[in-house]
Amino acid sequence: MKERLYGLKDEALQKISAAANLKELNDIRVAYLGKKGPITEVLRGMGKLPPEERPVIGRLANEVRQVITKELEKKQKELEQQALEEKLKQEAIDVTLPGRPINLGNHHPLTKVIREIEDLFIGLGYTVEEGPEVETDYYNFEALNLPKNHPARDMQDTFYITEDLLLRTHTSPVQVRTMEKYRGQGPLKIICPGKVFRRDDDDATHSHQFMQIEGLVIDENIRLSDLKGTLNVLAKKVFGEDCEIRLRPSFFPFTEPSVEMDISCKICAGEGCHVCKHTGWIEILGAGMVHPRVLEMSGFDPKKYTGFAFGIGVERIAMLKYGIDDIRHFYTNDIRFLKQFSALSK
Amino acid sequence: MRVSYKWLQEYVDLSNVTPEELAEKITLTGIEVEEVIRPDAEIKNIITGQVLECKKHPNADQLSICLVDVGEEEPVQIICGAPNVSAGQKVIVAKPGARLPGGLKIKKAKIRGEVSNGMICSLEELGIESRVVPKEYADGIFVLPEDTPVGIDAVPLLGLDDAILVLDLTANRADCLSMVGVAFEVGAILNKSVHLPEVKKNQGSGERVEDYISIKVANPEDAPLYTAKVIKNVKIGPSPLWLQNRLMASGIRPHNNVVDITNYILLEYGQPLHAFDYDRIGSKEILVRRAQPGEVIVTLDDVERKLTEEDLLITNGKEPVALAGVMGGANSEVTEETTTVLLESAYFNGTTIRKTSKYHGLRSEASSRFEKGVDPERVRLAAERAAQLIVELAGGEIVDGIAEFAELEMEPVEIQIEVGKMNRFLGTELAEDEVAAILDRLQFPYQMNGESVTVQIPSRRWDLAIPEDLYEEIARIYGYNNIPFTLPQGNQTQGGLTQYQKKRRVVREVLEGAGLNEAITYSLTSHEKYGQFSPITVEPVRLMMPMSEEHAELRVSLIPHLLDAVSYNQARKNNDTFLYEIGSIFINRGKDVQPQEVEHVAGVLTGLYVNHPWQGEKIPVDFFIVKGVLEQLFAKLNLTERITYEKAVLDGMHPGQTAHILLDHDVIGFLGKIHPEREKEYDVKNVYAFEINLEKLLQEELPESTYKPIPRFPAITRDIALIVDKDTEAYELQKVIKETGGKLLQTVKVFDVYEGKHVAEGKKSIAFTMEFYDPERTLTDEEVNRINEKIVERLRTTHGAELRQ
Repeated sequence: MKERLYGLKDEALQKISAAANLKELNDIRVAYLGKKGPITEVLRGMGKLPPEERPVIGRLANEVRQVITKELEKKQKELEQQALEEKLKQEAIDVTLPGRPINLGNHHPLTKVIREIEDLFIGLGYTVEEGPEVETDYYNFEALNLPKNHPARDMQDTFYITEDLLLRTHTSPVQVRTMEKYRGQGPLKIICPGKVFRRDDDDATHSHQFMQIEGLVIDENIRLSDLKGTLNVLAKKVFGEDCEIRLRPSFFPFTEPSVEMDISCKICAGEGCHVCKHTGWIEILGAGMVHPRVLEMSGFDPKKYTGFAFGIGVERIAMLKYGIDDIRHFYTNDIRFLKQFSALSK
Repeated sequence: MRVSYKWLQEYVDLSNVTPEELAEKITLTGIEVEEVIRPDAEIKNIITGQVLECKKHPNADQLSICLVDVGEEEPVQIICGAPNVSAGQKVIVAKPGARLPGGLKIKKAKIRGEVSNGMICSLEELGIESRVVPKEYADGIFVLPEDTPVGIDAVPLLGLDDAILVLDLTANRADCLSMVGVAFEVGAILNKSVHLPEVKKNQGSGERVEDYISIKVANPEDAPLYTAKVIKNVKIGPSPLWLQNRLMASGIRPHNNVVDITNYILLEYGQPLHAFDYDRIGSKEILVRRAQPGEVIVTLDDVERKLTEEDLLITNGKEPVALAGVMGGANSEVTEETTTVLLESAYFNGTTIRKTSKYHGLRSEASSRFEKGVDPERVRLAAERAAQLIVELAGGEIVDGIAEFAELEMEPVEIQIEVGKMNRFLGTELAEDEVAAILDRLQFPYQMNGESVTVQIPSRRWDLAIPEDLYEEIARIYGYNNIPFTLPQGNQTQGGLTQYQKKRRVVREVLEGAGLNEAITYSLTSHEKYGQFSPITVEPVRLMMPMSEEHAELRVSLIPHLLDAVSYNQARKNNDTFLYEIGSIFINRGKDVQPQEVEHVAGVLTGLYVNHPWQGEKIPVDFFIVKGVLEQLFAKLNLTERITYEKAVLDGMHPGQTAHILLDHDVIGFLGKIHPEREKEYDVKNVYAFEINLEKLLQEELPESTYKPIPRFPAITRDIALIVDKDTEAYELQKVIKETGGKLLQTVKVFDVYEGKHVAEGKKSIAFTMEFYDPERTLTDEEVNRINEKIVERLRTTHGAELRQ
């Protein structure tokens, strides 16, 4: 009996070791450990043994069964591992093939610039105000200290609809409307983005429609230096920390004093190039202290309140910031152009 | 304004500042210097010469062979093509080795077989604009005065060794439309004194001007000050070269000595003058009056102009002799025969002049100055100075006195400021003595009383009226660069976006997340495109004077210009184009009423929405892709349950593939396929579009998100496949299912639609999957089956639906 059991064990272990796949292994399991297998057979035949041998043989038979079971499990794991590896190998793909494209659009570059500026000023306590594109002569000109026949009206050639209605030539009428809304009560801090219109032939540097962002702050004790500081924050945000600004006196009927802001030329770093007309400086926006007459006309007491305002040409900013050479690109909507502005801004 | 650096030096000491440095300083202090022109920058080696002989070139009709004395031992032979060259002339010669503007190098050459040792120059060839070259030399070489020495450098002779500062003057700084005005500005900037030309009391002829002329002004408001001087026995001829040089450098063409002097004074003082031929006026009277309707004048440029009552005229009592402040009349023009000159110096109403100049499209150096204002105190001074120069340069005698009409009342302007208040306005800390020093530099008289400063504004600075004007003067001379950087200190305000603005940003994000790129198109459209894709039938809002028919009316739909963009892209093989735009449309509400502006969002999609060929996925845009994008948007705005779609017929849209979008029961927009005929008009293919009234879409406040417990009990699903009439709308069936399903029915979704051979003609199969769920307990199959049966039964009654076997 003993010999038979030892023989079975050796035989089984040898077969297990030689098993090439899970099916063979399962056949071995059935053959040796199954209900009709030799070990069961041995155990079944125990009754014929003398009683003193029975526990010895029984223990041995169990031992053999255990050893075989353990080996089977071990081999099974091995074979499973092999099979898995084989399967994974089969499943290998070319990871360099392109992925399934997900469409993702983005803001128009002008919106991108506007949004960046809006968010900067929202952080500084400003709200965003909007107004109509078709304005009355009063809001576009008169309330801004530009009475009829004022020579400065020539500065902005206007699309008129009737004698009194026109396409706004700047976003400043939104200032006036907002001032009226505040009924002479400061503080007021707003920025007003929007479309504006001038009688210009469309070419590389002119567009009959373009975007402006206007800023306005009215409070007690607003100073020219506050305007300078605010514009400095704006320039650094839009053009980078190393951007320098300078103010030059200028003239707008609705501000006094009026200034124009230049930024240091990024392209040549002040060396002089065609973009800055060899001056090292690029004109970027107009601004000034709100004219007392404008304050008064819109219901603010100029003795109590002062304010500053600035107006930015969005196309100009975008052209400088992204190096765009033709203003018409903004309105042609070539997707090869539009798709270039998908990256996050600094 | 073109400012000659050399000329300016006569009034202000510029010895320590180069033209470029000066330009920089002027720019930073108040007036933008557009450019500094160095007329001699590209000129080398040009000298004076005298033509000794001049004969026809044997091989070329248009050319002459000239023998020119250039101050060397031997005269040189030069071939010249100018029609006005002749022997005896003093001319400008560029010898071999010379350089001329435009990079031209002069070399010894053979022209048609004859040697040419250089070139005789026209002024244009020296870089002077042809419009300012004296007429007689406009088509040929320039002839120098007879007394010009031969062989000397021609650059200083022509005043080209100068720098021209081109000022870009803002409307308020018309005081710098004169050399004297610029001198005061530069004097203040450089802290230097200003030397004005000395105007001597002119020695008269002993006759009285009143015997020559009397002045009447019909309406004093038009010409509150009108003066005239008479100079007799003048000899008209060319001006001396220095004067011509200055005029040309300033952009004015020399004519003759008298006219040149009036222009010279205009440049010097900013006061326009006009010289009449006294004898041709034909009367002893000047009457300044408005034109009668239909009256005509032939101006100096030989154009006959029909006048209106808005035009102000200088007349001889009857006939017009000049269009006041704009241009003289041809009938009284100074000519070579003129011997007696009537010199007008006046102060005209700027608005009147502006209207005339605009109406007749006639802008002159004079009119632009009157429009922007002149210094009334210089009116008489300019006349005296001009008379003096006429005597010096054209001979003649001044008739004693000045004839005038004078009703100009000048209120002296005084501005009072407080230094402390000014500092609070500017953010500076200027001391009183610093303010005083700046006022001294500006040459403004003032009295200081502690903090308070009273400033008398000189009449040359009529742009200054209120304290803020003076703050600006002080700040700019102090230097804007010296003003500190601060931020507003006062009351805190809370920044942010309105609900609407926030939601609009969400709309952008959803559409961009779905692959649409933002486009921006023009608000102005053509009459042809007006009304397309829109139910709006009111008259368009139209510009009074459109620049082109393409941009003449305000749009009522965003789709036309988006289709233009698609067309542009498709023409460039950008086949997969998905665009959206947010912008206003304009609805006419009647003349002189602002149109209603409504913000819309629209989109156009064409091409492959999914383009992933190597895995066999190429899905072109269709109605349901566009609808899916919009459903995503409505879901984000929490409107899914309130949005419905209805089949629609709309201008420019495919009649079978277009739907209205309804919010509750209100149509807020549409989506669908562009009509093939409209596609042809725009030269586009397979475009789907949508347009929605954004203001209606975003009118309601978004609710806060709220938490609903995650289901604890399993849901049960049931699928039903129905056979219905082909034109039954899924939405109708879904509505019945929902109504019948009760509160246990959580969702209903279409999962299959089939038409074809397994379904009877005129029918279709449509299958729904329904999910039932009770948050309180596990549902039993039996109760769900009961509901399911009820639904099927109901659908049978309402739509004749049969279960598909």
